[in-house]
Amino acid sequence: MSDSERVVRVASGQGFWGDWLEAPRRQVEGGQVDYLMLDYLAEVTMSILQKQKERDPNMGYARDFVGAMESVFPAVVDKGVKVIANAGGVNPQACATAILAAAEKMGLRGKFKIGVVTGDDLLSRIDELLAAGHTLANMDTGEPLSTIRDRVLSANAYIGSTPIVEALERGANVVVTGRSTDTALTMAPLRHEFKWAPDDWNKMASGIIAGHILECGAQSSGGNCLYDWRNIPDLANVGYPIADAVADGTFVITKHPNTGGRVSIQTVSEQLVYEMGDPHAYITPDVVADFTSIQLEDAGENRVRVHGVTGGPPTPFLKVSIAYRAGYKAVGSLVYSWPDAMEKAQLADKILRQRLDNLGLKFDQILSEFVGATSTHGHLAGDGHDAPEVQYRIGVRGNDRAAVERFTREIVPLVLNGPPSVTGFAGGRPKVEEIVAYWPALLDKRAVTTHVDIQE
Amino acid sequence: MKIRLLDVAHARSGDKGDTANVGLIALRAEWYPVLVKYVTQARVTEHFAGMITGRVERFELPNLKALNFLLHGALDGGGTLSLKTDAQGKVYSTALLRLVLEVPDDDAHAAGLPAAS
Repeated sequence: MSDSERVVRVASGQGFWGDWLEAPRRQVEGGQVDYLMLDYLAEVTMSILQKQKERDPNMGYARDFVGAMESVFPAVVDKGVKVIANAGGVNPQACATAILAAAEKMGLRGKFKIGVVTGDDLLSRIDELLAAGHTLANMDTGEPLSTIRDRVLSANAYIGSTPIVEALERGANVVVTGRSTDTALTMAPLRHEFKWAPDDWNKMASGIIAGHILECGAQSSGGNCLYDWRNIPDLANVGYPIADAVADGTFVITKHPNTGGRVSIQTVSEQLVYEMGDPHAYITPDVVADFTSIQLEDAGENRVRVHGVTGGPPTPFLKVSIAYRAGYKAVGSLVYSWPDAMEKAQLADKILRQRLDNLGLKFDQILSEFVGATSTHGHLAGDGHDAPEVQYRIGVRGNDRAAVERFTREIVPLVLNGPPSVTGFAGGRPKVEEIVAYWPALLDKRAVTTHVDIQE
Repeated sequence: MKIRLLDVAHARSGDKGDTANVGLIALRAEWYPVLVKYVTQARVTEHFAGMITGRVERFELPNLKALNFLLHGALDGGGTLSLKTDAQGKVYSTALLRLVLEVPDDDAHAAGLPAAS
């Protein structure tokens, strides 16, 4: 086989923290793969991890990853499968230590190398960055960081593929990062294997598109697919997506044989448009990819070929994900039955709001929804007047914890002192939750330096 | 002729902060030009009136036979701030598919569009 025909297989084994525990093992056992990418981080995940690290300095990473590694160690050690994961969260070193400890227990310590990528964590550098003139203003609202500076819980730059490539070049079999972009987890091994130049924009962009298709797990192989959903076979046994890439950047999306789900132009298209902004400029730290260049081609059963991708140079900035304490919220619900379920739920809402008013409770937001009638599609779904049952769901948010706490005590009494035909209160009072909110910002790339440490 | 989007397109939606995006994909390549012509920014703005607080943006992806809509102010603050059941905008996709278009008969017949039942 010539080098231009050599195929590198990257398998997706996790689309978010909480995804199917079986998926990583099934990806390495269901057929040959070269790389397993596991995406654990969403916008709010870093703040949850930061809270865990505050309580215990050895925590702050995606614990599920330890179990995932235990299930794929045989493939890593015996078959040479390499694993790339952003499971490190706000504590990549603790994550690596936990993986090495798990390997020790299984008698596998010393049989593989783990690359630890750090440098994305900016929490201890915020004041230094502000003093140097980096404003870290909110990308969406333009507000300066000073508005929330004293409430910041975590701050991480989204870093690209370069440190992962470095870890692979230095012989890592497992690479653990903090806030890497989701797409870098797929693009980095392709860039490493095919020695793409960092300014070979079209190939780099192609790797990013492969990453976008893999980063949400089965969402590109039949999961959450609206098109022909009734006929998507055997989702109980769903095969997660795999990218078979070649040196010129083109790739085929497929899945293992004898698995459920489906890979088709429709399943891949739905994933391509997921969470999309301006399709002409999908910005990553490595390259700006143009989604309007993507060509999809049916390449046989459960095979979609992706080609024609173009891209251009990246911006001088990295996106920064900042999490901050933003008050409190609570959400509670009751269920009203036929007849006149909607009217009863609406009357309950009127009564409850009047009681909150009478108590003088003030909130930044009160939101009432009628699940089963209008909660997701609003007036587009009609007025709910003939619904057989309606879940009345009410939430509040505000900075006064005591007010939110008082609110949680006002819902259940409606069972005895409000409208009739009501049930669904078995959970009792809802819990007050502290809100950790997301503050996106931009930062000059030159202010961030990443590091790679190889450990055995 | 009345055409319901559910009969001519599929869709997926997601979130970015307080903005929901809906990717709308034509079920057949020959129906894509109809989406481009009739599922305008103005029509979608009207459809979601009262449900979102910001503006609607539209982008075209002829390569995927898709339109991408950004619905700003759709998620009650978005992320963890939102009190909504659909805080991440996962089902704005199907809300858009409820849209019923009025397409002149000539255009509808030429493209072989199914009439809304």
